[in-house]
Amino acid sequence: MTALWRAAFVIARRDFAAVVLSRTFLFFLLGPLLPILIGFAFGGLGDKISSTDLRPVIGVAMPAQDNAAIGRAHGRLSERMGDKAIARIRLLPPTNDPRGLLARPDSGAVAILTGTLARPLLTGKAEDLDRLQGDVSLIATAALAERTLHFVPVARQEVATSLGAQAQGRLLVGRVAQVIMFFLTILLAGMILSNLVEEKTNKIIEILAAAVPIDAIFLGKLMAMLAMSFVGIAFWGSAAFAVFAALGGQPAALPEPAVGWPAFLILAILYFAMAYTLLGSLFLGIGAQAATVREVQTLNMPITMGQMLIFFFASYAVEHPGSRAEIAACIFPWSSPFAMIVRAGQEAALWPHLVALFWQALFVGVIIRVGVVLFRRHVMQSGGRWWKNLFRPATG
Amino acid sequence: MIGDTPAPAAAPYSGNAVEGQGLVKNFGGFRAVDGIDIAVPAGAIYGILGPNGAGKTTLLRTLLGIVDPDEGHRTLLGAEQPLRMARQVGYLPEERGLYPSMKAFEAIAFMGALRGLPLAEGRRRARAMLEGHGMGASADKPIRQLSKGMAQTVQLFGTIIHEPRLIVLDEPFSGLDAINQEKLEALIREQARRGVTILFSTHVIAHAERLCERIAIVAGGRIRFEGTPGEARDRLRPQVRLRTRMVDGAWRGALPPDTMAQDGAWHFALPEEGIEPLLRALIDDAAGIESLSIERPGLHDAFVAIAGADAARAMDAPVEEEEDA
Repeated sequence: MTALWRAAFVIARRDFAAVVLSRTFLFFLLGPLLPILIGFAFGGLGDKISSTDLRPVIGVAMPAQDNAAIGRAHGRLSERMGDKAIARIRLLPPTNDPRGLLARPDSGAVAILTGTLARPLLTGKAEDLDRLQGDVSLIATAALAERTLHFVPVARQEVATSLGAQAQGRLLVGRVAQVIMFFLTILLAGMILSNLVEEKTNKIIEILAAAVPIDAIFLGKLMAMLAMSFVGIAFWGSAAFAVFAALGGQPAALPEPAVGWPAFLILAILYFAMAYTLLGSLFLGIGAQAATVREVQTLNMPITMGQMLIFFFASYAVEHPGSRAEIAACIFPWSSPFAMIVRAGQEAALWPHLVALFWQALFVGVIIRVGVVLFRRHVMQSGGRWWKNLFRPATG
Repeated sequence: MIGDTPAPAAAPYSGNAVEGQGLVKNFGGFRAVDGIDIAVPAGAIYGILGPNGAGKTTLLRTLLGIVDPDEGHRTLLGAEQPLRMARQVGYLPEERGLYPSMKAFEAIAFMGALRGLPLAEGRRRARAMLEGHGMGASADKPIRQLSKGMAQTVQLFGTIIHEPRLIVLDEPFSGLDAINQEKLEALIREQARRGVTILFSTHVIAHAERLCERIAIVAGGRIRFEGTPGEARDRLRPQVRLRTRMVDGAWRGALPPDTMAQDGAWHFALPEEGIEPLLRALIDDAAGIESLSIERPGLHDAFVAIAGADAARAMDAPVEEEEDA
């Protein structure tokens, strides 16, 4: 076993150095920063757009006294319910021709309110009337009851914590970690597909296979790519933090995960490593069967789709805690890391994570072994019974 | 660029360094190795001769554990699982392979590290090897910048850097110029002198004739002969070449039935009863002997006799771009 790990380390060191010390690695590191920079650039524009008030405007063209009452009622309701809770109004001179007013380009309103407070008439397109009728009714009612309507005061009773809010917050933390893990996995694991093509095209596989077990080659390649991923994550994380700090950002008060922040972060790293190696070992096994880069490229799309399916499954499952779907997502090896990280946010017990990590690691071993047997059989054209080879010591 | 590489004395190993019994290897419907028994004595230089497609490479790959046989079993330095002895084995495959972006000395050290040699020690030895063979200036060059011959030398150094007890070379002379072929022969002898077992395949009979203590002639996936080159040659009777002044006469009745006339001379295998009865007939009939030579057959003749003329023709065919089964 020591020999296997030693050999895997030799392969990993070579692969890691070959990738990290190449010029293209710089592009690899900078690539994901582009969307972030673009996000920042367009974020400012987005803020401007979102700050523009796009709520519909109702033109109020009632007699002057009613107009004033409507204006006061709108002000009182906005004060209580918030600025953006109801449609905006614009007071206009009274008119008996709301259709004509709407036809004017300078009306600036999507609907016109005429008539009186007792019998208001709203004119506009059907779909606008559908969404504004309720608001107008509320404003008119408040205007009619201007002198008699009194808001009931609500007494306050404060508590330090709310379990409901805490659970929601923890679910949010878990989901954020899940989404980040998924994006990192989908970004990085696909690269493993083409990992053995170099060895096959350069005929190096013969030298490797004569010197070390194929298991060590697979394991070493996974280790190298995982290490490379951590380099990337450290770089992107640092860059994101630096930009965040430079812009004077303050970390939001995130609710503490159930297992606590230190354990949660460690579990997040471990589950990412497991998600990466589970998918990576599968990709390595599939990619190892490919003879050319073209074949690998063809495999990329269906594999990405498969990744997304797993993520959707895990996402659906964690929305239904305690359901069969959630249990299945925790057990199914490829969705397990994504489901368990959400659990780490919600439940304090650590032992399920130890069991899950062991279970996932076991599957990594099984997938590597199956990949090795298939590689020896179909690529190296080695003989022997496949079921015997499956249980043969990796050092043999 | 090859030769005079200092090799350490290998630990003595009694018995056979490599053994295979009843080895069978099929690729689909094609049987590449067909029930081969082989035993390579420890410390010997052992050659596997055969034309392209004879099954040499498959046999070596099977013995090394790169592929498993469909039938039969093998031992390598006494171990039934060849990879368990990987640290004591050096292997140069027929299809040379190196990482193109790796520096020459790193490539050698990496191959040593695969076989258990610490990387730092491997780097030190690699630089020493390259400098010792006039390639010091290329040590830091990426493989892709080296000539084919230099890259092959780098790979050969990588094969022996960890001081193996068994070196397996698949068509090692292929692609080398005459000077480097000579240097490689010297290196093989040097390693053997230090007790290292050398097993190599070749389609060039001359290399096997010069180097090997024992040979196996392989054709059609089977071993047709196994023994010393001398024993192979002994399979054939010495060849007689006779030139006479008289073209015809009663003496011709004394020529063996398999005699062939070629280039104005008679060619035939030395009769079992010796040359004396024919000489007597030639003298009695005054045939006039212009020249008479009796030559021990070469390994090539033995190969033709053992493996067949078709195999011999395949041996003579160019092989650089062909792939052995």
